[in-house]
Amino acid sequence: MSKRIDVKKTYKLFIGGAFPRTESGRTYEVKNSKGVFIANPCMASRKDLKDAVVAARAAQGSWSQATAYNRGQILYRIAEMLEGRREQFISEISELTGVTVKKASDEVEASIDLLVWYAGWTDKISALDGATNPVAGPYYNFTIPEALGVVGFIAPKKSALLGFIAGIAPIIASGNTVIALASESAPLPAMSLAEVIATSDVPAGVVNILTGKTAELAPWFASHMDIDGLDITGLDSKFVAEVKVAGAQNLKRIHSFKDVATPGRILAFMESKTVWHPIGV
Amino acid sequence: MTFEYAPAPESRASVSIKPKYGHYIGGKFVTGEKHFPTINPATEEVLSSIALGSKKDVDAAVKAAKKALDVHWSKLSGRERGKYLFRIARILQERAREFAVLESLDNGKPIRESRDVDVPLAAAHFFYHAGWADKLEFAGVGTKAKAHGVVGQIIPWNFPLLMLAWKIAPALATGNTVVLKPAETTSLTALLFAEVCEQAGLPAGVVNIVTGDGSTGALIVNHPGINKIAFTGSTEVGKIIAQSVAGTSKSVTLELGGKAANIVFEDAAIDESVEGIVNGIFFNQGHVCCAGSRLVIQESISDEFIKKLQKRMEKIRVGDPLDKNTDLGAINSRAQLEKIKELSLAGDAEGAERWSPECVLPNKGFWFAPTIFTGVTQSHRIAREEIFGPVLSVLTFRTPQEGIDKANNTPFGLSAGIWSEKGSKILWASQKLKAGVIWANTFNKFDPTSPFGGYKESGWGREGGRHGLTAYLKGVSHE
Repeated sequence: MSKRIDVKKTYKLFIGGAFPRTESGRTYEVKNSKGVFIANPCMASRKDLKDAVVAARAAQGSWSQATAYNRGQILYRIAEMLEGRREQFISEISELTGVTVKKASDEVEASIDLLVWYAGWTDKISALDGATNPVAGPYYNFTIPEALGVVGFIAPKKSALLGFIAGIAPIIASGNTVIALASESAPLPAMSLAEVIATSDVPAGVVNILTGKTAELAPWFASHMDIDGLDITGLDSKFVAEVKVAGAQNLKRIHSFKDVATPGRILAFMESKTVWHPIGV
Repeated sequence: MTFEYAPAPESRASVSIKPKYGHYIGGKFVTGEKHFPTINPATEEVLSSIALGSKKDVDAAVKAAKKALDVHWSKLSGRERGKYLFRIARILQERAREFAVLESLDNGKPIRESRDVDVPLAAAHFFYHAGWADKLEFAGVGTKAKAHGVVGQIIPWNFPLLMLAWKIAPALATGNTVVLKPAETTSLTALLFAEVCEQAGLPAGVVNIVTGDGSTGALIVNHPGINKIAFTGSTEVGKIIAQSVAGTSKSVTLELGGKAANIVFEDAAIDESVEGIVNGIFFNQGHVCCAGSRLVIQESISDEFIKKLQKRMEKIRVGDPLDKNTDLGAINSRAQLEKIKELSLAGDAEGAERWSPECVLPNKGFWFAPTIFTGVTQSHRIAREEIFGPVLSVLTFRTPQEGIDKANNTPFGLSAGIWSEKGSKILWASQKLKAGVIWANTFNKFDPTSPFGGYKESGWGREGGRHGLTAYLKGVSHE
C-alpha cells in the first residue's frame, strides 16, 4: 500500500476578510530550521498594502463604534477558536522553528491566554486612562481615550505567534483596525491565525495580514498617509530612523514595545479626547 | 443714537523695559552677541533689543541645566520642588498687572485678554503642577517613572507667557530642568519670568531662557545634551522636529496647527452660538491653534445666522490693545499680516465671498479687520490651511453626518465646537469628531486640569491634567 500524500496548504494574504494572492504574483521560499522546504508564502507588494489600508479604513468606523463589551467578546472568541486548534499550531510552530513540542505548546497556550487578557481590557481601558477634570468654572469636563484609527504592525521575527498576537490584540482591542506584516522568516503561524480570525466574528477588514519582505514594506507602512500609527516592535534597529523620518509626513504615532502584556500597548494607539460642556439651568 | 466709548487705556507705568536684553543662563543675565529689535505690533515702536541665541549660548544653557539637574534639582524632594512652583504661581499673581501690560505691548493682544486669560491661567498652571510635584507616585505612572533630565522647550508668539507656563510648570514639577526659547517676536514676558525665578529663589540653572529665532530653536532641538523636546508651533516645523530627532533617544511632544470646525446645528440656541463663533475665531485675533476657523452650519439656519453674526461683528472694537474696551488687537507681526492677507486673497480668487464690518484701522502697526468668507467649499485654501488670523470660513451642511464629515475633512485634529440644545446629538457629534478637544456650547476654554492636544497632524501628546504630566516622565508604567 502506498503512503498517503498530504494535501498541502497554499498560503495567501488576508485582506478585508478574504484570502487573496498577492497582486504582484511574487512568492518566497520558507524553510524550516533544518533547511527543509515548507511553503511559498506571498511576497506582498506596496499595492497589497494599499488594498489592506483601504479595507482597514473601511472597517474602522463601525469597529470603533461597536461596544467595548462586543469587542471583548470577539477577542475572546479568537481565543476560543485558537484553543480548538491548539494541536495544529503546536505542530506548525515546532515543525517551522525546530523548537520542542513542549516549547511550542507553551507559546500557543501563552498566546491564547494573552488574547483572553486583552479581551478583558476593552471595557476597562477608559477607567484606567479616562478622567473627569475639575476645571475652575461652571463646566463639565471629561477626558476619554479613543481609538487612533488604522494602525500598522511590523511583527517580531521570533515568537511568530505570541509576538504577533501581542501586537494585533491590543491594537484592535480599543477599536483600531490593523495591517500586520508577519515575521519574514516565520510567517506561517500568522497566516494560520488568519483562518482563526476569519472564523471568530471579527468583522472583515479589522485584521489584515501580509507576508513578505520587511525591508521592502516597512518604509511603505511608514509613509502611507492613511495609516495613523505604527508598531515597529519587529523592525531591525537599523531601519528605525528611516521609518520614523518617513512616518513624520503625517505625524504617525510610532512605538515599539518590550512587554507582551501591558495596557501601554493599547494606550499607545489611542488618543485622549477632552469634552467641555457648560453647567447651568 | 449711538454711544461712543471714551478711550480707557491701561497705564504702562507698571512696566519697565530695558533697552537691551541678554539670555538668562545658569541664574545670571548674560549678554548676547547679535541682537534684533522687538516691536509693539500696534504701533511699530521698538520696545527693546533681543539677543539672538548662538550655539555658544545654547551650549551654555544646556550645560547649566544639566549641572542644576545633577547638583541640585534631582536631589530635591518633590515636596520642596513643589514649593518653588507654588512661589512662582504666587509671584505671577502678585505681578499680574505688569505681566498683562507687557504681554499686550509685545504681542498686540487686548489687555482684557492678557489680564483675564493669559496671566491668570499661567499662574493657575504653576499652582496646579506645584501640587503634583510630591504626588507623582499617585499619578498612575508607577514607581519607576522618572524625569527625562534636560528638557528643551520652544514656544510660539500667540500666548507667550501662558505657553511658557504650560511648558515649564509640568517640566519642573516632574523634576526636569529646562532650556526654553520664546518666540522671536515675543520674548519680553519670558525675560520678565526670569526675574520671577530669581524672586522665587529657584536654584540657578533650573530654568534657562535663551532668546532667538528658528535657528536658535534648531540648535536646541539638535543639541545632544537635551533629553526631551516640547514644541508648540506650526505643523510644518513640528514635522521637521519629528524628523530631526528620528534616530535619537529624545522624547518629543508637539502641539501644532489646527483648522477647527465650529458646527452649528439647526437646533442650537442662535444668540449663544453667535457669541461662541465670535469668541472662537476672534479671540486673540484668531492667533490660536485651536481657533474655530471654520463655521460649519446647517443650511436651514444659515442665512439667518450669518445676518446675526454680521450684526454682532459690527460691534467688535478693533484698536489699541491697551484699551480696556478693545476686543480685537493688533496682528502680531508684519509677516503674519502678510500671510493672512495672502490667504484671504486666495479666498477671493477661488470664489468665496468676503465680508468685513466697516471699521477704521490705525495707520501704524499691523491690523486686519474681522472677516468672514461665505460660499466656501472644502477644496478652497481658506477651508484647508491654517490662516491664524481673524478670518472665518463658512461652510454649510444638510444632514448631521454631512456636517461631521466636513468637520473631519482636514489633516488637523486639534479642536472642534458643537452647538446644539439636544444632549444626545452633542454626545453623538463629540464621539464622531476627530479632535483632541471638543467644546460643546462653549469654545476656547482652557484649564490646567484639562488635557489639551491634537489628533492627526495637530501633534503628539497632551498638555495639562494627568495626561500632560506623564509626557515629562520616562519609564511610565503603562508604556
